[in-house]
Amino acid sequence: MIEMRGVTIRYGDTVAVDDVHLTLPTGKIYGLLGRNGSGKTSLLSALASYRRPNRGTVLVDGVEAFENPRVMRGTVFVRDTLDLNDSDRVRTALEVAGWLRPTWDAEYALKLLDIFELDSRKRVSALSRGQRSVVGVVLGLAARAPLTILDESYLGMDAVARTLFYRELLADYLSHPRTVILSTHLIEEVADLFERVVIIDRGRILLHDETDALRGRGVTVTGPADRVTAFAAGHTVLGEQSLGGVRALTLDGRLEPGEIARGEQAGLTFGPLGLQDLFVHLTSQRLEASR
Amino acid sequence: MFNDRSPIYQQIADGIKNDILSGSLREDEQVMSTNQYAAFYRINPATAAKGFAQLVDEGVLYKKRGIGMFVSPDAPGKLRAARRERFFAEALEPVLDEAERVGISIDEITHYLGSRR
Repeated sequence: MIEMRGVTIRYGDTVAVDDVHLTLPTGKIYGLLGRNGSGKTSLLSALASYRRPNRGTVLVDGVEAFENPRVMRGTVFVRDTLDLNDSDRVRTALEVAGWLRPTWDAEYALKLLDIFELDSRKRVSALSRGQRSVVGVVLGLAARAPLTILDESYLGMDAVARTLFYRELLADYLSHPRTVILSTHLIEEVADLFERVVIIDRGRILLHDETDALRGRGVTVTGPADRVTAFAAGHTVLGEQSLGGVRALTLDGRLEPGEIARGEQAGLTFGPLGLQDLFVHLTSQRLEASR
Repeated sequence: MFNDRSPIYQQIADGIKNDILSGSLREDEQVMSTNQYAAFYRINPATAAKGFAQLVDEGVLYKKRGIGMFVSPDAPGKLRAARRERFFAEALEPVLDEAERVGISIDEITHYLGSRR
């Protein structure tokens, strides 16, 4: 169990993480979603004990994580900055990672380099953005750490490399189950891998739920303006659009099948809301259910 | 493969039921393990496990400890009966609603069905 208790992180007057309480059972793959500047990296830095919170504590299996050598050996946190020595060759960087971690699998690291077609003799300073992402992924996966945190580190990869990454992540998780936390804004393509999703918005946890529970949660209703408005009464409206006499509303929450049937009888049409759209609606300004 | 209209575990359960109804999964045949299923469709294994657990709860699949999950001998018959029950309400009623909207009479539909015999 990983617990955040009342964690607050401040940079001067700016509050990046605001009194967050979060309980994450171990052994699952989590997706951390949030807009730029929402506090994702700060939250992950605290979870990985890279940063001591201004207030609150992080507990891993009941013990305080910060500056705890046992917890730190079992934690890998890959940021897009990589935190490597620029003049080192990739091979050396991986060797160093191996010295630091009892769980490091050197053979698997080489296999990953091969899959992503990266030459281990290259210097860190000479890597392209995509290649830096590959090194980040190798550092994250081959560590086989009980707590593996990747902070958007794979987002510099192209679509083909990302697909390879998702496949490798899942395969390795199946053979070596552990806690994995990925932050991302490419929700649609990776959501199927997440058992649970945490959405952070302006430093606060907006939502923490099973990914599957979010599918079919939002719905769009389209039709004559007055009937759409009447239908939406009592529902939370996430978004709206009007064109002439036609109105489209995005509603939060699951509708009863009977409700949909009645709406269709009244000439309304219903559409599902994808996870990406749900995220966009939840993290932009909420609208009051209005006329 | 999967869509956003309903939870994936639900779609997994529905897919396996369809395979049983179509005969591509037979009585007492072993189904994929949740890990095989997760790796094949690239989904989280917990999601796959939930879909399989629902099928076990409904009696569509049964477990043999340490071996895996299998299609219940009475699953095809039970699934067919359930689908037949839902056919008129869920498949035919929408067709009749659409016919009414565009002005096709029941007589015309009956005539058409007669010509298909």
